[in-house]
Amino acid sequence: MTATPLLRVEDLHVSFSLRREGDWPWTPLRRLHAVNGVTFDLAEGEVLGIVGESGCGKSTLARALIQMVPATGRAIWEGKTDLLSLNRHAMLKYRADIQMVFQDPLASLNPRMTVGEIIAEPLRTHHPELDTSEVKLRVKELMDRVGLLPNQINRYPHEFSGGQCQRIGIARALVVGPKLVICDEPVSALDVSIQAQVINLLMELQRDLKLTLIFIAHDLSVVKHISNRVMVLYLGQMMEMAAGRELYGNSQHPYTQALLSAVPIPDPVREREKVVIPLTGDLPSPFSPPSGCVFRTRCARAQGICAEKVPVPLPGDHLVACHFPGPAVV
Amino acid sequence: MVIDSTRMKSLADRLAVDEVKGRSLWADARKRFLKNKAAVGGLIVLLLVLVFAAFGGTIAQYSNEELDFSIMGQIAEKGGPSLANGHYFGTDDLGRDLFARTVQGTQISLAVGIVGSAIAVLVGTFYGAFAGYVGGRTDNIMMRTVDILMSIPYMFVLILLLVVFGRSIIMLFVGIGLISWLDMSRIVRGQTLSLKHKEFIEAAEATGVSRLIIIRRHIVPNLLGVVAVYATLLVPLMILTESFISFLGLGVQEPLTSWGALISEGSGTLNYGTYWQLAFPLFFFVITLFAFFFVGDGLRDALDPKDR
Repeated sequence: MTATPLLRVEDLHVSFSLRREGDWPWTPLRRLHAVNGVTFDLAEGEVLGIVGESGCGKSTLARALIQMVPATGRAIWEGKTDLLSLNRHAMLKYRADIQMVFQDPLASLNPRMTVGEIIAEPLRTHHPELDTSEVKLRVKELMDRVGLLPNQINRYPHEFSGGQCQRIGIARALVVGPKLVICDEPVSALDVSIQAQVINLLMELQRDLKLTLIFIAHDLSVVKHISNRVMVLYLGQMMEMAAGRELYGNSQHPYTQALLSAVPIPDPVREREKVVIPLTGDLPSPFSPPSGCVFRTRCARAQGICAEKVPVPLPGDHLVACHFPGPAVV
Repeated sequence: MVIDSTRMKSLADRLAVDEVKGRSLWADARKRFLKNKAAVGGLIVLLLVLVFAAFGGTIAQYSNEELDFSIMGQIAEKGGPSLANGHYFGTDDLGRDLFARTVQGTQISLAVGIVGSAIAVLVGTFYGAFAGYVGGRTDNIMMRTVDILMSIPYMFVLILLLVVFGRSIIMLFVGIGLISWLDMSRIVRGQTLSLKHKEFIEAAEATGVSRLIIIRRHIVPNLLGVVAVYATLLVPLMILTESFISFLGLGVQEPLTSWGALISEGSGTLNYGTYWQLAFPLFFFVITLFAFFFVGDGLRDALDPKDR
């Protein structure tokens, strides 16, 4: 990549200090490492998919970028500003450029506000100079853009379906004209048929408005459909990152291979022939992640070195954090 | 700024359709409330009591301070309720018109109840919402302060206040205002904690809305249901507190009066056969309390249909 990336994330760490029930005030706090040294570049207009199991730090990673959780490391915006070093006031300017779409469509809308007020909120925050009629015009334009009838502007969230609520959420994210939109499992709470509509809407908007998207999901097929590049996370660490087709066709990391083999194929004949690579054991506790490679406790290829050294991906377009990368062996 | 003019034309056609009016949660609640007969009945009674307090004075034939010398000394025989001599509710022990005094007692008691409740709503809501939303050490300090204030026996403090600073209606408001918001702030804080992690609050934070605006725009409107219910139920409690204080003889000072003071006087002279001196103030006292409780119950059912 020659051009300056829109966002360059370097060695991002997020950890939480937790106290167990019944601990004494002087007991040392337990540290939970939610995100552990993630590094990636995000080019302008790119769609980065982030996949992983529940609790692997996908949402935390996204929230860290907009200072919703305290993080260390660097997140360089347009090659100039480190977002993580900004204070509350300085960050405000960038919040208009980075917007977020949430998982639960209804819960992310204030039930006491009309749709018009909800969509207008970022606009009123970042452009207080606009008068009421301009705001209303812009809100109606956005409603039309995301496939809602603009005459519904005075309705309340509970009068809409889940898919429509998610469209409201998308309109709210786009109203200030952001450059980067972080979609935190935007379709996980929706019906499959509605999922397709929302994904297509997002893709269309991404293309037309030249948006950069970070698309978080635990559904690999959804991510495949929308993303240019995909990152696989496990216990807060990047396992593999590659262009979508490369990752799905030529995965090198045993974890990615296990994940891909678990995706159901909508064809009974092929589904029956498919070989599932089972993952043994449970996700290790994030309080005490395994030494070396965090995946080694569940990996068929694990050997002595995996417990000693953290695998470092070789630079390139296809990053694999594994000591023994290679195609799936069954 | 970001308005795209090419789309405006197609938009204009769609805008020609009239805006649909939304049905807010408040409108839903109003509909449910109006279906509840006991609550609507309570509301009507309350309105009648309010009308009585506001305009009763214009019907009264005597002022509340005037002694009727033609009746004095023969209260039990001549002082009973009568339309003929203008003492609609009879007279009290000194020959003062009980109708006028009941009107005044109603005014004072309602004022105490409503002022106490209003202080609770204003102070309690913002105190609780702030503590709950900010959280952490601020929350700890604020709520422990409330705990300490609550552990002080308030009746004792109220009596001391009235004894030390003298009996006055201002002191009564101050005393009741000091205690009324404590419970409210706890309830509001609890609700705020459950609201705080909702995604719409997170969405507002992600956009960069300031804390005070989040409290005002997102938290408080979602608390108002609980606050409205609790405030309605708080009014009768305040009236009871004031009545109790007045019954002890520490409340409002003559010639002012309140329901508690009137009931106290009426019960003191009950043995002399002047039952009306107790019956009329007691009647207003009881129906008002009932009405407030019915309205409060109705509001709770209307605002939180999942709670039943």
